Amino acid sequence: MSRGILSGSDWRRPRIRRTALGVHGVLLLALFAVGLGPMLWLAKAAVTPTQDTLRAPLALWPNGIDWANLSTAWSRVEIDKYFLNTVILAGGSWFVQLLVATTAGFALSVLRPRYGKLLTGVVLATLFVPSVVLLVPLYLTVVDPPLLKASLINSFWAVWLPAGANAFNILIVQRFFANLPREVFEAARVDGAGPFRLFWSVVLPMSRPILGVVSVFAVIAAWKDFLWPLLVLPDPDLQPLSVRLPALQKFVELDVFLAALAISTVIPVALFLVFQRLFLKSGALGGAVKG
Amino acid sequence: MVTETRPAPLVVSPRIQGRSRRTPLTWARGGGLSTLVFLLPLLLVFGIFSWIPIGRAVLMSFQETNLVTPSTFVGLQNFKDVLADPLLWTAVKNTLYFALLALLFGYPVPLVAAVVMSEVRRFKGLYSALAYLPVVIPPVVAVLLWKFFYDAGPTGVFNTILGTVGLGPVSWLQDSGSAMPALVLEATWAAAGGTVIIYLAALTGVSTDLYEAAEIDRASIWRKIWHVTLPQLRGVLLITFILQIVGTSQVFLEPFLFTGGGPANSTTTILLLIYDYAFANSLGGEYGAATALSIMLAVVLGILSAIYFRLTRSWSKS
Repeated sequence: MSRGILSGSDWRRPRIRRTALGVHGVLLLALFAVGLGPMLWLAKAAVTPTQDTLRAPLALWPNGIDWANLSTAWSRVEIDKYFLNTVILAGGSWFVQLLVATTAGFALSVLRPRYGKLLTGVVLATLFVPSVVLLVPLYLTVVDPPLLKASLINSFWAVWLPAGANAFNILIVQRFFANLPREVFEAARVDGAGPFRLFWSVVLPMSRPILGVVSVFAVIAAWKDFLWPLLVLPDPDLQPLSVRLPALQKFVELDVFLAALAISTVIPVALFLVFQRLFLKSGALGGAVKG
Repeated sequence: MVTETRPAPLVVSPRIQGRSRRTPLTWARGGGLSTLVFLLPLLLVFGIFSWIPIGRAVLMSFQETNLVTPSTFVGLQNFKDVLADPLLWTAVKNTLYFALLALLFGYPVPLVAAVVMSEVRRFKGLYSALAYLPVVIPPVVAVLLWKFFYDAGPTGVFNTILGTVGLGPVSWLQDSGSAMPALVLEATWAAAGGTVIIYLAALTGVSTDLYEAAEIDRASIWRKIWHVTLPQLRGVLLITFILQIVGTSQVFLEPFLFTGGGPANSTTTILLLIYDYAFANSLGGEYGAATALSIMLAVVLGILSAIYFRLTRSWSKS
């Protein structure tokens, strides 16, 4: 039977039991207030007129609900456009990250070339370089990229491609691939499967769990990203929500602005509620692997 | 068990006899080419967007760079300029202050919460979901929302709450004394859930035999936590500690969006300074100074982590 710090006999002692349940109750209330409170307030404020929010921020709709805030934010403030930009940025980053991580993981863990160890080392070494070091040289790379004639500023590629250079993804995918049973690969090889077929029809279908983890990381990171898209997408028509919201604050009325904030929160929270298990597992894995 | 067998020696044709055994041809036949095809995305993306920029960062810190003329070497001038900037020491002080406050606010809370949560028997999922929820909210939304909460007037959200118990109003972001703690409070709220989840995962690995052994010795609950739980979490506690230091010393979003470094530079952090050097001037920035400062920060963090892991290596082995 699973147990924790408290033993079965501890739980049967009334004094300990009462204290434990009391502490758990207090924690639950605190978590409701701290974890859910701000979001519930935002949901309320999104459909409350500006004057009510300013005069009595904690009152529940003293002068009725203003549903129009949401539609004003969505169409007049063009949250729909920025929302679409965010989705496109997240989708592209997701694809590039999966492409780089799976192909590299396959090559390094399954095909295992002689120079594989060295290459893995050079990839993992970048984990120790804080991202701030890359900020300026990466910006100048995007302004004047090698192999290309045109600047990538104001192009989604400026966000998509650098997202792929994520050593953490390579690390977890490579570890997962290395633990797949090699007998299966040998069997596929005997059946005449080349490396491409082995990758597409054997390794990828066996890797759904880790692909899920990488996908969650990729989409959430893209949704959160602020500084990089701010630098490389100066054209407001291309900016994602995270970059556009601080600018909107200056010329949009408060109630509509809060509605815009609420809309921006819906997708990540919905994703979390649907894939809760995957999120929490990824979070724990993040800690385990970073060590 | 399948043991790896060496491939049968290739029949050496007379044509390539006498050359070295591995020729490009045998390499390509052995699958070397398709391996390279699979590595192409990695090599291109990491090469262009990671390895070359890292090398370029080191180079640029010794150069005068702008977007018009070719770069010229200026020796240590960038480093001298940065170290002579009076704002640097303000930024260093503020960053250390942020890191210290974040440690005070943010280090014990997730640990206590996780230890209590690990004992919960019903609705455990609800606890961790609620704790993780702030982590899911986009950071920009969180900061903008809290900026409104921090309204300094008596009808600001936090001041209204404080008013119900007879406190306040607090001027929060508008006072140079309370601005930084206010930033740290939001940052802690936004990050604590992630740490809770890491601790919860580590707690499931605590060996329960030791609790039973402790109970035979009639250890109290506190002694069990102190002598069994915490020592077994030592490894993960050491790692979250240094990760938090490394993370908070690179704080950018909160000071950038909440205060822009104000009031009176009381929240200017090192990253904000790097951003200002490079990007605040729309005509092209002091890229050399910005990379010099970022390299110095990276080196300090690297040395700090190395010393830390050296010091703690002996007692992190459990």
